Amino acid sequence: MSHNPVPDPVAALPADVLRGLTSPRLSRRDALRLGGVSGLALALAACGVSGGAQAGPTGSAAVDAAAAFWAKQTPTKLMNFANWPLYIDVSATNKSNHPSIDLFTKQTGIKVTYSEVIQANDSFFGQIQPQLAADQSIGYDLMVITNGIYLDKLRQLNYLQALDQSKMTNFNQNASPLVKSPSYDRGNQFTMAWQSGMTGIGYNPKLTGRPITSWQDLQDPAFKGKIGMFADNQDLPNSAICAIGVNPESSTQADWQNAANWLLKQRDAGLVRKYYAQDYIAPLSAGDLWISMAWSGDIFQANASGASLEFVIPKEGAPIWTDNMCIPKTAVNPVAAMTYMDFVYQPQIAAMLAESINYVTPVPAAVTYITADAANATGADKASLQALVTSPLIFPPASETALLHHYRVLTTAEEPVWNKLFEPIYQA
Amino acid sequence: MHGRWAARLAPYWLALPGWLWLVLFFVIPTLVMLSISTQTGDIVNGFTQTFHWQNYVDGWNQFSTQFIRSIMYGLIATVLCLAISFPVAYWIAFYGGKNKSSLLFLILLPFFVSFVIRTQSWNFILSDNGMVLTPLKSWGLVPQDFHILATDVAVIGGLTYNFLPFMVLPIYVALERIDPALLEASADLYGSKVTALRRIVLPLSLPGVFAGVLLTFVPASADYVNSTILGGTNTTMIGNVIQTEFFTNLDYPTAAALSFILMAGLLIGVFAYARALGTDDALDMAGA
Repeated sequence: MSHNPVPDPVAALPADVLRGLTSPRLSRRDALRLGGVSGLALALAACGVSGGAQAGPTGSAAVDAAAAFWAKQTPTKLMNFANWPLYIDVSATNKSNHPSIDLFTKQTGIKVTYSEVIQANDSFFGQIQPQLAADQSIGYDLMVITNGIYLDKLRQLNYLQALDQSKMTNFNQNASPLVKSPSYDRGNQFTMAWQSGMTGIGYNPKLTGRPITSWQDLQDPAFKGKIGMFADNQDLPNSAICAIGVNPESSTQADWQNAANWLLKQRDAGLVRKYYAQDYIAPLSAGDLWISMAWSGDIFQANASGASLEFVIPKEGAPIWTDNMCIPKTAVNPVAAMTYMDFVYQPQIAAMLAESINYVTPVPAAVTYITADAANATGADKASLQALVTSPLIFPPASETALLHHYRVLTTAEEPVWNKLFEPIYQA
Repeated sequence: MHGRWAARLAPYWLALPGWLWLVLFFVIPTLVMLSISTQTGDIVNGFTQTFHWQNYVDGWNQFSTQFIRSIMYGLIATVLCLAISFPVAYWIAFYGGKNKSSLLFLILLPFFVSFVIRTQSWNFILSDNGMVLTPLKSWGLVPQDFHILATDVAVIGGLTYNFLPFMVLPIYVALERIDPALLEASADLYGSKVTALRRIVLPLSLPGVFAGVLLTFVPASADYVNSTILGGTNTTMIGNVIQTEFFTNLDYPTAAALSFILMAGLLIGVFAYARALGTDDALDMAGA
């Protein structure tokens, strides 16, 4: 390539872009052309990111609107269900076969297309947001979203269909108090729980040398460099708020500041090995970590595959999160989705799910069916089912459920305050 | 007359798909991101253009540590890559004989495995109680609480490893083009081997070094995978921050502003470097 002398390498950039179209020297015409480019930039500046909530009805108008919506729906014989991987029962012979869904199809005639497409709340939200903003179908009638930022966003943006309160018989009868009318969805207007889990402390008792009971154990200098914390702006802050003895649901900004200070003290003392996104189980099993923030189901599963870890709900209390079934407002088969949501609240169906999933079932009565299955089973199956029934991680006793708190629900005004406090801690 | 015009315009027509591609997938998105970077609002209420340049100031103030750290990691990894790659490329180019292709293939071989898996395997090898550290600890060569993972060393090591071929290959290409007759002439004129290296090989390898440095430094500084997988406390790079702002916080203006600060920093660095190195070839490469 021929090379033209350029006075300044930085100035060479636009000249280089234009090379071949014009002479290399910046003439007046080129200046105009560049002006045109910035004119284009201005034109683009005018079009912001579209989005923004379309105002939805509130109060009793919302109830009427929901009733009116459901009154004009006709039942369909099809349903598309978007869920997370490994989050439903599978038949022993065929992994892509789900007995509970087969039973649903048999009883209702509704055919279910089950897709394990949700890997994370944020990426799934990013995937469906443009269609929902454009009022188009996202291809799913039912989806499972964790309570917290993205569920709140879906509601604030009016992307969810209000549920048909007249079709929640099983739910009203069998749902655990933990998932009835939770702080993030009073009156279960939009969601019904799929499964829940606790965020507490997982540890290796051989390495810690003593039982762990409190969040304050994460400040113990004896575990310096062997402590794992979560790198997220829900579990980390809400756990820290629990740690300072406050219920996150009713926490104030002053509490957040105290919680942030608690975390900073821990980090700046060099106690934290790393803030983990979700890959903490391997180092915890390998002994790189002695003690870590952990999700109940992960510890149960790690132990099922040979680890000997303990999980504890600290005495100060701990966050419980819930993955929720909800119906996008553009669902094509909302009646089928509604029918399915209530269907899984029958204790025998909930038992089928709980036996595979190992998180907290929203239907406490499922325990009788699992106990019966355990009595009929043999060998390894029997042992694992019995472990399930007695596990406080699957059926937390009342003494523990009293300690569990939902995440703080943040308004759009509070969100930046929250993020600015906690993000610099784990993004250090 | 007509034919001559057609002939003269032909290169432009041929380049048209490339231009369209660039405009559609680079220029327009860049301008859109530039526009977003000065907007205010949130995902629920929508973002509006308010020419809020303060986004840049806030972004820098909040995350200057991560910016500086990213540039430092990128620089160190680039220097390490250069130190490792030059002798390797030199040896393959001058002593590789008929095995040159196989040797280059060996360099590339690990890179047929997914980036993430390769990095993750470092986790396995360097684990506190893993195959490397356990014997060192039991022989008493390092203290019991010594660890590599979750430190600066692990992240920079990962970056160096992952970007190594981008340094080896351009240097190899530059060295391979050197006419052996030049080295023979140097010897004929009583030039020592060191002189030949200094006066012939090094200057002629500069275009390769230049390209290699660019191909390593720019992506290494913007990388976020190595820090995510191998890093710990105080090893977050700016790429991780941008990812969080964009995908987790849905704060598009801040994410866009941070991206442009990074882009500006890298461009200034690259052009300063081009000027310092100051060869025609180098500038051509920067432009091309």
